[in-house]
Amino acid sequence: MKRLEVLKTYKLYIGGQFPRTESGRYYSPTGADGQSLGNICQSSRKDFRNAVVAAKGALGGWASRAAFNRSQILYRIGEMLEGRSAQFVDELIKQGSTEADARQEVEDSVDRCVYYAGWCDKYQQVFSAVNPVSSSHFNFSIYEPVGIVAAIAPEEKPLLGLLGTVLPIIVGGNSCVVLASGNSPLSAITLAEVLATSDLPGGVINILTGFREELLPFMVSHMEVNAFVASDLSAEHLKTAKEESIHNLKRIIHHKENIADCESPYPILSTQEVKTTWHPIESSISGGGKY
Amino acid sequence: MKSKSPDPPRYDISKSPPVDQVGVAERAKRFTTRSIKNECKRSGLQLVLNMIDLTTLEGADTPNKVKQLCYKANHLHDSIPGLPTTAAVCVYPTLVKTARKALGKSSPVKIASVATAFPSGQGYLDLKLEETKRAVGDGADEIDMVISRGKFLSGDYDYVFDEIAAVKKACGKARLKVILETGELGTLDNVRRASDIAIHAGADFIKTSTGKISSAATIPITLVMLLAIRDHYYKTGQMIGMKPAGGISNAKLALHYLVMVKETVGPEWLTNEWFRFGASSLANDVLMQIAKLEDGHYQASRYFSKD
Amino acid sequence: MSDPNEWNYAPAPEAAKQARISDRYAHFINGKWADPKEGEYFQSTNPATGEKLSEVALGTKRDVNAAVKAARNAYDNVWSGMSPRERGKYIYRIARLIQERAREFAIIETLDGGKPIRESRDIDVPLAANHFFYYAGWADKLDYAFPNRKVSSLGVAGQVIPWNFPLLMAAWKIAPALATGNTVVLKPAETTSLTAMKLAEIIADSGLPDGVVNIVTGMGETGALVVNHDDVNKVAFTGSTSVGKRIQKSIAGTDKKITLELGGKAANIILEDAAIDQAVEGIVNGIYFNQGHVCCAGSRLFVQESVYDEVLWKLKRRMDTLIVGDPLDKNTDVGAINSKEQLETIQRYLKAGVDNGAEMYQPACDLPASGNWCPPTVFTNVAQSSIIAQEEIFGPVLAVQTFRTVPEAIEKANNTPYGLSAGIWCDKGARLFQISNQLEAGVVWGNTYNQFDPTSPFGGYKESGFGREGGLHGLAAYLDM
Repeated sequence: MKRLEVLKTYKLYIGGQFPRTESGRYYSPTGADGQSLGNICQSSRKDFRNAVVAAKGALGGWASRAAFNRSQILYRIGEMLEGRSAQFVDELIKQGSTEADARQEVEDSVDRCVYYAGWCDKYQQVFSAVNPVSSSHFNFSIYEPVGIVAAIAPEEKPLLGLLGTVLPIIVGGNSCVVLASGNSPLSAITLAEVLATSDLPGGVINILTGFREELLPFMVSHMEVNAFVASDLSAEHLKTAKEESIHNLKRIIHHKENIADCESPYPILSTQEVKTTWHPIESSISGGGKY
Repeated sequence: MKSKSPDPPRYDISKSPPVDQVGVAERAKRFTTRSIKNECKRSGLQLVLNMIDLTTLEGADTPNKVKQLCYKANHLHDSIPGLPTTAAVCVYPTLVKTARKALGKSSPVKIASVATAFPSGQGYLDLKLEETKRAVGDGADEIDMVISRGKFLSGDYDYVFDEIAAVKKACGKARLKVILETGELGTLDNVRRASDIAIHAGADFIKTSTGKISSAATIPITLVMLLAIRDHYYKTGQMIGMKPAGGISNAKLALHYLVMVKETVGPEWLTNEWFRFGASSLANDVLMQIAKLEDGHYQASRYFSKD
Repeated sequence: MSDPNEWNYAPAPEAAKQARISDRYAHFINGKWADPKEGEYFQSTNPATGEKLSEVALGTKRDVNAAVKAARNAYDNVWSGMSPRERGKYIYRIARLIQERAREFAIIETLDGGKPIRESRDIDVPLAANHFFYYAGWADKLDYAFPNRKVSSLGVAGQVIPWNFPLLMAAWKIAPALATGNTVVLKPAETTSLTAMKLAEIIADSGLPDGVVNIVTGMGETGALVVNHDDVNKVAFTGSTSVGKRIQKSIAGTDKKITLELGGKAANIILEDAAIDQAVEGIVNGIYFNQGHVCCAGSRLFVQESVYDEVLWKLKRRMDTLIVGDPLDKNTDVGAINSKEQLETIQRYLKAGVDNGAEMYQPACDLPASGNWCPPTVFTNVAQSSIIAQEEIFGPVLAVQTFRTVPEAIEKANNTPYGLSAGIWCDKGARLFQISNQLEAGVVWGNTYNQFDPTSPFGGYKESGFGREGGLHGLAAYLDM
């Protein structure tokens, strides 16, 4: 007799927990074979609000961790992802990828984790500056996390696109709330399970599923959110994002490149602030007398 | 038991505030951007003359040299009427008697004598005290002592304090100027600490330098010392005098010192009771500037007597 | 001298006649003076006297169109194709010409804007020249600025600048734009157009190709026309947060690149172990520099309770020595308020401060009878929630609060929508850098305040804007990366 398969209830990932949407709503995107992918949470603005609270709670601790430690945690995400490759491949196929593409995307995703893990303790070295001011001051510019980032993962390449969006954000010490690909949300939900078991503190990455049309206005107008990142917004959505950003002058970052295919430190910098610090450098008081 | 005036409590240098050298230099520079013109310049220059401790401190000093100096102190440039005298003459102890005689009874010019193994300060305390008493006995109105920089730099602040307090006692009624020799103290923090030690130990004046090393008075160093004076005044109401010495050889610079005094400790200090310049060649430059204001021509040094 | 207290500085006015100011200034478009198409001019006055200095063209749509067209032309046909090294040499030339005419620039800046001649002479004008000099050298080195990135210019930059540092802000905008290969349409603030027009003279003299820099004068509406012009690729604005937000919204539907340098309400934090006397200088320099018309002004002072009395005593005594008056006098520390409107704004805040129960101190000073004046002002007993502690006043008005512990200071300092700058006064390096790390501010001055340098990036966190100006980081705003 054939064993009955146990189906997974797909949930959100907020503050390291797996709640259902507070709204009780769901949607059922269809996969490649025309079958439903399951009942996916249709997140509400309140879910988003709750996720921002979680991101805020996680921000201080994450930002103040040693860069080396963040690096290890990102590498750990890669390790855990590798271990569940088969499941991700299956889900990508279920969502419409060919097997070869799915395999490639999962391999690239693992590598992307490793790639950004390495940047954690290097981008600061490469891009910071000591500025040779004329006065007797030591002057340096460093990068600091902008804070809480809301993001929308691209529709295509639902795993790699999401990681490509989110990893540069957290490399630099930000916490984030990301909305997964609407049509292909399974990878994101499974990724949440990877994150939950990879030493990443709860709340650093929060994952929502649902509709960008519905959530975008709240993501870009929330006063606690410091930046918004996306890469495949329609012109109309991008305009809305910029218009609504003015309430707290949120930084709107719309990556020009296909973020799934982008390996670069520059996306890290896009959610960083430059802080310039001045401090006097004393000189000897002997040999003066020229005043 | 014999009653004895209580010694002042020793000073704890940890009470001295830190000093930011760059900030001090910036503030110092602001004083030099003040533009001193017309009547303000005229009265300022006169004030400078009246604040000068006209100084000769050479191994080659002779009684005749000191007599000339005293005459000059009283008669800075007789062809310009109405000039003040200098505040004082400053000489070695052995020449105090000569100066006393040369100045005569009626001159307002004070006699300052260096003492305490000037300029190094490396000497026996009892000899320093004896030297001080002899100089006062010979007629010195003011004693310019040097602190023991070696002791200071080795951290023996109490020794420095006690020595100043002892010299102060030895001075009797003479006013005590304490030379910190800031050029040997290394940092403005040390300048501040030494100022505070001297003030608490009984200095009537604090003074920057002996003039015997190349690094002498500067506006930033003087500013730090004035701020120590000001803090003491704020806490106790007691005024302490200030004497930058060495390196101030032109009138413009001297006027900038006056600007600093006015804007830091306040105009109450703009008198030779509370502010002096230790200088040998400043007076003639000031005189040339005054002469320029009088007749409109730029001056040449050969028209002004050297001594 | 009979009474030493009488030793006051005699007037030492800079000679205004050293500066040539025309009776009337047209726009500077395509390398030529262009009369406004609608024929309208407005007055530029001396805020210290109320006297008219000159009149300036009122820019309308047709003027802006002509300027953008000239900039586009110059970009397409000359500037973008020019070798970067040659481009740099033009910018060097502009730097040198400013240096040569520095005195004239300083006088006009002071006449037109009201700032003390000491500041325009020692700060504004040299910094403006240095800014051109610094960025000139970048023109042929852009490949080294951003590793592994091929960068290119954007096109036409529309730039709108404020009245507090008229020439310096023009330099901050124009120099990096040119170095990166863009052309420019600049709109100066309506109360302070004159040094921009003098800069136009220099640009003409420098031989810079026609249309690379165009300057259109006018009111806020003129600025709006510039930033909203379809053929502008890059918008750079320095000014108030409210206008900055409006601009961001108005260009939301375009792909114009934008940088905003907006308001501030900076915290200046004095810890008990600080070098208090130097800190007091920093407080004064932080808030009374340029009459407090400074977006990064240290307008909120936080003093640790244990040194509060000493700091306030010293601050007030120092304020007593500030000389307020004729901006042209070389001894003036605090000049005229830039405009009547701004003076009224400041006075509203003063009234609000008093009404809210704060204690106001102003040193006794003889203010001139005519012109716009506000003495240096400090408010004590200020509540964190009060309007003078929350809103940018943009005047010589300091709001003082106390704190007990470092975390409390940081929390209060960050408790604002702004994040442009901050100051920390502390003798202990470990503590200073801890606080610096935690302050949400783009520029942190440790044991100093209001220092500027062309190599040092400037710009804010949060609602103080985005993007950086100055230094290597300032290039990014003008490049397609």
